[in-house]
Amino acid sequence: MPKHEPVLLKNMLQPGYTGSLKDYEQAGGYQALKKVLGKVAPADVTTMVIKSGLRGRGGAGFPTGVKWNFLPKDYQGPKYLCCNADESEPGTFKDRQLMERDPHQVLEGIALACYAIGAETAYIYIRGEFVLGSKILDKAVAEARAAGYLGKNVLGSGASIQIHVHRGAGAYICGEETALLESLEGKRGLPRVKPPFPATSGLYGKPTVINNVETLANLPHIVNRGPEWFASIGSPPKSAGTRIFCVSGHVKRPGNYEVPMGITLRELIFEQAGGMRSDKPLKAIIPGGASAAFLTPDHLDVKLDFESVAQAGSMLGSGGVTVMEEGTDMVWAALRLMEFFHHESCGKCSPCREGSSWLVQTLRRILAKRGRMEDLETLVQLCNNIAGRTVCAFGDAEVAPILSTLKYWRPEYEALIRKAEAHRAHELPMAGIRH
Amino acid sequence: MLSEKYKDEIADILSRYPVKRSALLPLLYLAQREAGYISEEAMQEIAGLLRLTPPQVYETATFYTMLNLKPVGKFHLQVCKSLMCALVGSDPLIGWLEKKLGIKAGETSKDGLFTLSKVECLGACGTGPMMQINDDYYERLTEEKVDRILADLKRDGTSALKTGPFMWPEPNGAKQ
Repeated sequence: MPKHEPVLLKNMLQPGYTGSLKDYEQAGGYQALKKVLGKVAPADVTTMVIKSGLRGRGGAGFPTGVKWNFLPKDYQGPKYLCCNADESEPGTFKDRQLMERDPHQVLEGIALACYAIGAETAYIYIRGEFVLGSKILDKAVAEARAAGYLGKNVLGSGASIQIHVHRGAGAYICGEETALLESLEGKRGLPRVKPPFPATSGLYGKPTVINNVETLANLPHIVNRGPEWFASIGSPPKSAGTRIFCVSGHVKRPGNYEVPMGITLRELIFEQAGGMRSDKPLKAIIPGGASAAFLTPDHLDVKLDFESVAQAGSMLGSGGVTVMEEGTDMVWAALRLMEFFHHESCGKCSPCREGSSWLVQTLRRILAKRGRMEDLETLVQLCNNIAGRTVCAFGDAEVAPILSTLKYWRPEYEALIRKAEAHRAHELPMAGIRH
Repeated sequence: MLSEKYKDEIADILSRYPVKRSALLPLLYLAQREAGYISEEAMQEIAGLLRLTPPQVYETATFYTMLNLKPVGKFHLQVCKSLMCALVGSDPLIGWLEKKLGIKAGETSKDGLFTLSKVECLGACGTGPMMQINDDYYERLTEEKVDRILADLKRDGTSALKTGPFMWPEPNGAKQ
């Protein structure tokens, strides 16, 4: 295992650390804001973030500083920053910990991003279920405002930074950045057609940046310790920094582990998370949240960085690593995820809205041992007619569990169907009507 | 009327947004907090407050699963059934809850105390099986723990077994 020290989880790993403003300041908090505000030009902060190689931690992995640079340069009106705290990707539970245990680290990151892009208002769009998290953030915002880290004329720099916490209300799709904006505007969370991109026409039609919680929490450290330090961690240049991996499923010690990007799946699962929970061997891994394709034990030496996981045919995504032991029914697993996607499809695009329903029905039929061999072709056809044909990336995401389980565990599908065929062979011709 | 009872809170909510409609979700939450669900009257009042038409409020309200447009029990038990929780036993747990409460998922107990719902991922995948009861998360559930939670809720209206500020694993391997 490579030597590493936690960065984002460092404070909260100290016994007795409460995440209060006092604790955060004692741990060196808000030094980055003091160092930068009114002293470093906003454009130089952006340059620093580009140089660090920081990429978005929400799922897509877009370079953060480059995203900021898409904002129109000479725009005079209001600009907005949205912190995407709608952590909803099944398998992912890191942002909740960052917000509930060290909220000021997130707020300082937001303040730095606001300064860099010239936004006076930031909204934290937090998933509605995180009631405790939103209360903790509300309290932290009030503390930071009273201490002069937020509000008008922050630290005497002339910059004004307001942060508001806005709760969602239970819709996975609102983690998609344009659906988030629609939701924040009080509408149904339907993704927008792009272009225009949020950088030019985002919240209320104004230039807007949307960054994930973990992405923003990295900013104080990049400012304090320098972009070169950040770029030296992990697998630079393309996957710099640490990553909080959320391990779930059949391991001994599920939970959040912050490690440098580029450690292998084997190291994460068997060293950090303690290995399998019983003597049943490993069967399947989802490396980056429900939207990522399943991998097999043959992929244990794949490095957890953006490029390596993509090369293995999946994606690093949101950092949610789900581990399944031998004996887990892969058709059942694909169906469970598909039910999730069907439930969460926003309904805007027909291929996804109708296709997700068909996929669930077909999988249910196969799992209930009533399938036919041609159902497998139907599944693939449906998937191919959804992916790439929708407004947002949800369409690509929802087909990943099916296509990847079909790729690696096709015999499991076929075995269920053969049982159905054997059953049908004994039926009278009309008996099928009862089904 | 919400606007009389929560005048200051509504003013505070409205002050956060340059466009009034953004206050819609917060105001719907306010209505739900007040009555346990969002009535048509409340939606009409909110429409008036935000200068929206009632259908505009309704179209938003019907999109979000956390907004109850019908009354629910005093304690709304929402158990995660997504894959990550299912891997570690959410299905038998839902069965256990159905047995203990004498209702099926989707139903409310006769005394109006408990509504049981199966829901999709609540973002607590490392500490499953788990459920949300009203505003609180309860994680790493077992049958025994569920029994204690239900008894606590009946007796005290709350339970100390709910999760505080989340961190898992806890520092220094405490409570592993």
